[in-house]
Amino acid sequence: MAIQFIVNGKQQSVDVPPNMPLLWVLRDTLGMTGTKFGCGMALCGACTVQIDGDATRSCITPVSSVAGKKITTIEGLSSDRSHPVQRAWIEVDVPQCGYCQSGQIMSAVSLLAKNAKPSDTEIDDAMKGNICRCGTYQRIREAVHRAADLHKTEAKPSRPHGTEDALEERALRAGGAA
Amino acid sequence: MSAGTITGIGRRSFLKTGVAGAAGLAIGFYLPGRFEALAAEPAAAATPASLNAWMLISPNDDVTIVIDKSEMGQGILTALCMMAAEELDCDWKKIRTEFAPAAKEYFNPAFGMQGTGGSSSVRSSWDPMRKAGAAAHDMLLQAAATQWNVDKSACRTENGVIYHDASKRKLTYGSVAEAASKLPVPQDVPLKDPKQYRIVGKPTKRLDTPDKVNGRAEFGIDVRRSEMVYAVVARCPVFGGKVASFDATKAKAVPGVKNVVEISRGVAVIANNTWSAMQGRRALDVKWDEGPNAAASSASISQLFADQMSKPGAEARKEGDAASALIGAKQNIVAVYEAPYLAHATMEPINCTADVRADRVDVWAPTQFQTVAQGTAAKICGLKPENAFIHTTYLGGGFGRKAGADFIIEAVEISKAIGKPVKLTWSREDDTQHDYYRPASYAKMAGGLDPDGWPVAWTTRIACSSIMEAWFPGSTKNNLDPTSVEGVANLPYAIPNIQVDYVRTEPGIPVGFWRSVGASQNGFFSECFMDELAAAGKKDPYEFRRHLLNKSQRQLGVLDLVAEKAGWDKPLSAGRYRGIAVLEAFQSFAAQVVEISVDRKARSVNVHRVVCAVDVGRVVNPANIVMQAESAIVYGLSSALYGEITIEGGRVKQTNFNNYPVLRIDAMPVIETYIVPSEEKPTGAGELAVPPVVPALCNAIFTATGKRIRRLPIRAEDLA
Ligand code: FES
Ligand code: FES
Repeated sequence: MAIQFIVNGKQQSVDVPPNMPLLWVLRDTLGMTGTKFGCGMALCGACTVQIDGDATRSCITPVSSVAGKKITTIEGLSSDRSHPVQRAWIEVDVPQCGYCQSGQIMSAVSLLAKNAKPSDTEIDDAMKGNICRCGTYQRIREAVHRAADLHKTEAKPSRPHGTEDALEERALRAGGAA
Repeated sequence: MSAGTITGIGRRSFLKTGVAGAAGLAIGFYLPGRFEALAAEPAAAATPASLNAWMLISPNDDVTIVIDKSEMGQGILTALCMMAAEELDCDWKKIRTEFAPAAKEYFNPAFGMQGTGGSSSVRSSWDPMRKAGAAAHDMLLQAAATQWNVDKSACRTENGVIYHDASKRKLTYGSVAEAASKLPVPQDVPLKDPKQYRIVGKPTKRLDTPDKVNGRAEFGIDVRRSEMVYAVVARCPVFGGKVASFDATKAKAVPGVKNVVEISRGVAVIANNTWSAMQGRRALDVKWDEGPNAAASSASISQLFADQMSKPGAEARKEGDAASALIGAKQNIVAVYEAPYLAHATMEPINCTADVRADRVDVWAPTQFQTVAQGTAAKICGLKPENAFIHTTYLGGGFGRKAGADFIIEAVEISKAIGKPVKLTWSREDDTQHDYYRPASYAKMAGGLDPDGWPVAWTTRIACSSIMEAWFPGSTKNNLDPTSVEGVANLPYAIPNIQVDYVRTEPGIPVGFWRSVGASQNGFFSECFMDELAAAGKKDPYEFRRHLLNKSQRQLGVLDLVAEKAGWDKPLSAGRYRGIAVLEAFQSFAAQVVEISVDRKARSVNVHRVVCAVDVGRVVNPANIVMQAESAIVYGLSSALYGEITIEGGRVKQTNFNNYPVLRIDAMPVIETYIVPSEEKPTGAGELAVPPVVPALCNAIFTATGKRIRRLPIRAEDLA
């Protein structure tokens, strides 16, 4: 029997076993591979998505439990990398291999939605379920602070900050080096 | 679609191979299939011109750099573009990248094949990439000069534009690229004076970051092909075991499961999605023939190593007469050190997608060794290597693990058996239990001090598996595997009598290259034991090392810098302790000071601060050096604080991140990284900072507790 839910604003209907985790429905059935598999046991955070706004480990979430709900994945944060958390991640140049970063970003977005100005300890607390084997934690802290600042300034009329701007940032710039 | 994205090799590619790079690399010509498809359409004027194997320029001025190393987080993609762009003088914002196909032109001279590892990428690409850039630059200049009918020397370039100042004319690279590509490749074009560098040496943002913040970067595990099915493999839990028999009835009854086939490494369950394949595997009945290793345990392996200490070993280093010097010494210090097996635990679990056809095989994989992948796939299919097409994706971490061919073999065998494209995915449990582990190692250390407390003798005897013999049988001489002793055999200290021996010992556990390889455990042995000698000689551990490094300037450079930045001469606040270590790895140098506190009641250690100094020769991207130091320090701390793979019944006990923990953000120290300026040839940074952090941490714990850590990982009882 088909299960229906909304992903990134789009209605989806899938005909899969009801206990199939949302992670695999996203990745294999819907072809949305931005959400990653890391452990399958809610231990690493790579599969983090938002369900009705809450950061959730999709690897242990049976698809039947999201029927009728709104899901946001990394692909749905913005169409042009303009979400403040994405912009902060680009500014601070957080990713290395990048594999954990979808989950890191989704966790950070949830954190900032609840706590506009988190301290280091609050960041650690909210993000400790997300493993980064490349050890980008120091930059994750920095980028969450930066995203908090961007959020704040954007409460005022925001200036557009689209793909091209983000790509322009590839230009030679200090990368946070000591 | 199924033809893959890269088909140009062997047809229009490598038309010109005139210039030999310093490392013997030919500058061939490369035409990726994506562009070839365009070329096939007569109307398409957008075909990029291939100036050499690494550089293509489109009429719209886009510059495509072909990346012939695997990008696994270490930042090589950006570094290669920087080297190329420095000489090519192109517009940085117009750079695009493609991963190279498997081809001779992309062989890494450090290995004699195409592959990424051993911190060799910057070192091995530095000359070829700059030479290719300089030759292409010269060809573009010449093409413009010819079009203007002026002398090349009257023209100059800036940011992807060629100028003839006298006539105030200009042309973009894109507008002359086609003409330039038809010119002969010039020989020995002079390279830039480093003083003129505008890219190399400047902190530069990673080019791959934008695609890593929106889910767009394609890792191996993300590959999708039409008609593709999904597979997992059941493997014998005991190393060296095999399938005795299996019954697929229950597995096939799982919804979504399509097929069950036996392959050389186990039984594959194939389904229409990954999860159903995993469920099918759970339902599968397999009887294993566990083979000869079924009784092996961590305890029996440790005993096996201990038994080797009295056996003759292969001599890795001998200076003076250490045995006699020990007898003559005022004071002898003896200690046994042990390091466990370690899994790599790349964030992206192992995976591979394969599509075997009658006349070709395509493999999409997060591989570190393209040539091995190509040869492996071709052999399984009975095809020539040139009919095996390797599509390298981004790697979600590599650390040496993805140099293996095991996942290539599995995927190709499955696709061949079922006649369909298949994506093989390993679960985290598969990954933890079927790795090529950092070898467990056992070392007996002895040192002798003179009456003033300075060392006169040092001996080390190491027992562990040989990685080189496991991966490249017959490659070592006299039973001496250099990777088993690196980190001790290259001890830089001025000690008159040194002897290092290796006793190759094979307990039957698969081993492989783990970020920083031998130095990961041997650095722990040697730099902790140095600390023991310093303490026995009643010397400050920094001054002790300093005094003995008078002939090792680069080690001394990083050691002095780290001591200065850490404030070694200043007292710490109450309850804080610190340790120091310095090591060479892959021709680069690092020293670290780790600052900690220990809660002896809770038996826990808190790492507050790590100060790191590195010397990697000339720096290509300082921003990336800093990132790699941070990354490596976290990797090393994970190993020291938690890392242990234990063996019981010939199988690995750990399964997932709950029992093979790694460092999380709440345990993350502040890391400060400093770079020693250098004009030496550039060397690698990806592994360099792993080895020192472990001994520096253990040495700090000694100052806090008075107890030496001689067996990893650090245990609660060590902190009591
Ligand atoms: S894959 Fe879901 S938490 Fe690891
Ligand atoms: S960036 Fe590689 S695991 Fe986080």
